[in-house]
Amino acid sequence: MSTLLLIEQVLNGLQFGVMLFLMAAGLTLIFGVMGLINLAHGSLYMVGAFAAAAVAGATGSFVLALIASLIAAAAAGAIIELVVIRRLYDRDHLDQVLATFALILIFSEGTRWVFGSFPLFLDIPDALAGPVLLPGGIQYPAYRLLIIAIGLLVAFGLFQLIARTRIGIQIRAGESDREMIAALGVDISKLYTLVFALGAALAGLAGALVGAIQSVQVGMGEPVLILAFVVIVIGGIGSIKGALVGALLVGLTDTLGGVLLPGFFGTFMETSAATAVGSSLASMSIYILMAGVLLFKPTGLYGSA
Amino acid sequence: MQLKSLILAAGLAAFASAGHADGHAGAVKVGMITTLSGGGAGLGIDVRDGFMLAAKMAGNDKLEVVIEDDQRKPEIAVQLADKMIQSEKVDIMTGIIWSNLAMAVVPAATAQGKFYISPNAGPSALAGKGCHPLYFNVAWQNDNLHEAAGAYANDAGYKNTFILAPNYPAGQDALTGYKRMYGGELAGEIYTKLGQTDYAAEIAQIRASGADSVFFFLPGGMGISFLKQYAGSGVDLPVVGPAFSFDQGILQAVGDAALGVKNTSQWNKDLDSRANAAFVEAFQAEYGRLPSLYASQGYDAANLILSAMDKADVKDADAFRAALASAEFDSVRGDFKFGTNQHPVQDYYVREVIKEGDVFTNKIISASLTNHVDAYAAECSY
Repeated sequence: MSTLLLIEQVLNGLQFGVMLFLMAAGLTLIFGVMGLINLAHGSLYMVGAFAAAAVAGATGSFVLALIASLIAAAAAGAIIELVVIRRLYDRDHLDQVLATFALILIFSEGTRWVFGSFPLFLDIPDALAGPVLLPGGIQYPAYRLLIIAIGLLVAFGLFQLIARTRIGIQIRAGESDREMIAALGVDISKLYTLVFALGAALAGLAGALVGAIQSVQVGMGEPVLILAFVVIVIGGIGSIKGALVGALLVGLTDTLGGVLLPGFFGTFMETSAATAVGSSLASMSIYILMAGVLLFKPTGLYGSA
Repeated sequence: MQLKSLILAAGLAAFASAGHADGHAGAVKVGMITTLSGGGAGLGIDVRDGFMLAAKMAGNDKLEVVIEDDQRKPEIAVQLADKMIQSEKVDIMTGIIWSNLAMAVVPAATAQGKFYISPNAGPSALAGKGCHPLYFNVAWQNDNLHEAAGAYANDAGYKNTFILAPNYPAGQDALTGYKRMYGGELAGEIYTKLGQTDYAAEIAQIRASGADSVFFFLPGGMGISFLKQYAGSGVDLPVVGPAFSFDQGILQAVGDAALGVKNTSQWNKDLDSRANAAFVEAFQAEYGRLPSLYASQGYDAANLILSAMDKADVKDADAFRAALASAEFDSVRGDFKFGTNQHPVQDYYVREVIKEGDVFTNKIISASLTNHVDAYAAECSY
């Protein structure tokens, strides 16, 4: 394997990781602040992608599509928080899982009802179509570079928000002691709605960004949701930094595992057997990574006990 | 109290109607398990719509169809199959799209004496040694469309192809099928994850491999993702694939990225047969969209069952089986016959993706394989 190919694959892993981070950041915030397991997070990702596809179809503008994805997902998030999720904070996790699983079904069938069962069309803007030439002669799709850039920007923005703003202080305080900050006069229920909408908006953005290079269809969120859960377990529940590190680890492990393992087995096995063994092992690699992390750090890399 | 009696009444009514159906001579109850929600829903919906269109056009009130959604999950498909066999007491089962689900359901269903008419999945395990007298496949054996693609690659002069498919029974059949016919070298061979949506890593490998062409089998949403990402990657090698990544349901979502791509199929809407013209027109009138190959398969499956119902009673399994095997129905593919393993012996075509007005669709450009028998037929004996 040439160095160029390896660098390209590292970029792919990075892009995948950054996209996972957008999903995992909201999930981990919601879990950390409200103690809520939100299985419907993948549905918000889908809502973002469908909103983007609908707006892009109507206006032809990708920027408007991205804005629509943020607004639609945030609105959907705020509505389900106000109507459903709010009643679940004091329940145990099993009730939360049950209710948010029901939300998945409602969102999926609702989307099918509105948009039909066939995948929608959402394409990347012409300006970003095609590859750019990176130093060292690597051809890399411009759009994927944009995803990496947006993801890193969002990560930076989130860190600033959490560390330096008043809202961020309230979020951190809510994470450690929700009764106390309520007693100090912070409107906790408004804060919860805000955090939920923020997490939803990030998921929606991820859905729109990814929908443009993948397919916008019902049920697109669930496979990503599973990976996002792996990410927050690895990173430590409630930690944004953990979500970023975990997402990049998962992205790189998944991509490089899929590329390198078949080649590795190919050195001492017959090609098609090596492909089969390598790809099977590659699809297990992130779970092995998770098990490994939990073995040494039971609360995740940056989790508090 | 009122609710209770309502439920009781509903239960009684269901019981009564079930008894009625059983008592009706010559009636056939078909259990359709197909994918109607989640990822691959477009495929199942097309099969269902094609099937129900044929049933409606025939107007045969002895055909009763029960439809259930398997959500592309094998464990759910198995549950539904048990329910259909034990409580619905269906005579014939059909509908499954995915080979891994078919492998979970079909052997158990045929072992319990139910007919299974596959409108899509045709795993090699059920075509060869695992064939069963009650199992018919009205679509194709999984390898077939890929064999046609391999034959086309030879004709097109490709010498060094990069091949990829998802890691599940139909994916393995796909690469096996392609390699069976293709005579050149392989630049690389990859199994991806089933349901994978990001192909950046694979495309990078294609770029680095020095291949002169790409063959891929990625049905449904996987194909949309791959084609869009491939178009954006700057790799401009010619692409060949089976019709599954270029069916009517997904072409609109792929857009220009698919234009001009060659793909192989046993059916297309411009295929010249009497039944086909009627089918395409009726499907558009009924559902307001163009039919896909899946819809054509569902339509043929229903017509096959209807043709057998005219000749034999499903309760007489031997006679009904002989009636199915004779396949005397007006297939949208023109002449239709079953081989010794009850899989189709048929022609395969090369199609090209074109744009008709605003709609992306396919047109047949040449024949690929004629009267093709699948490779496993010889291994099958009842």
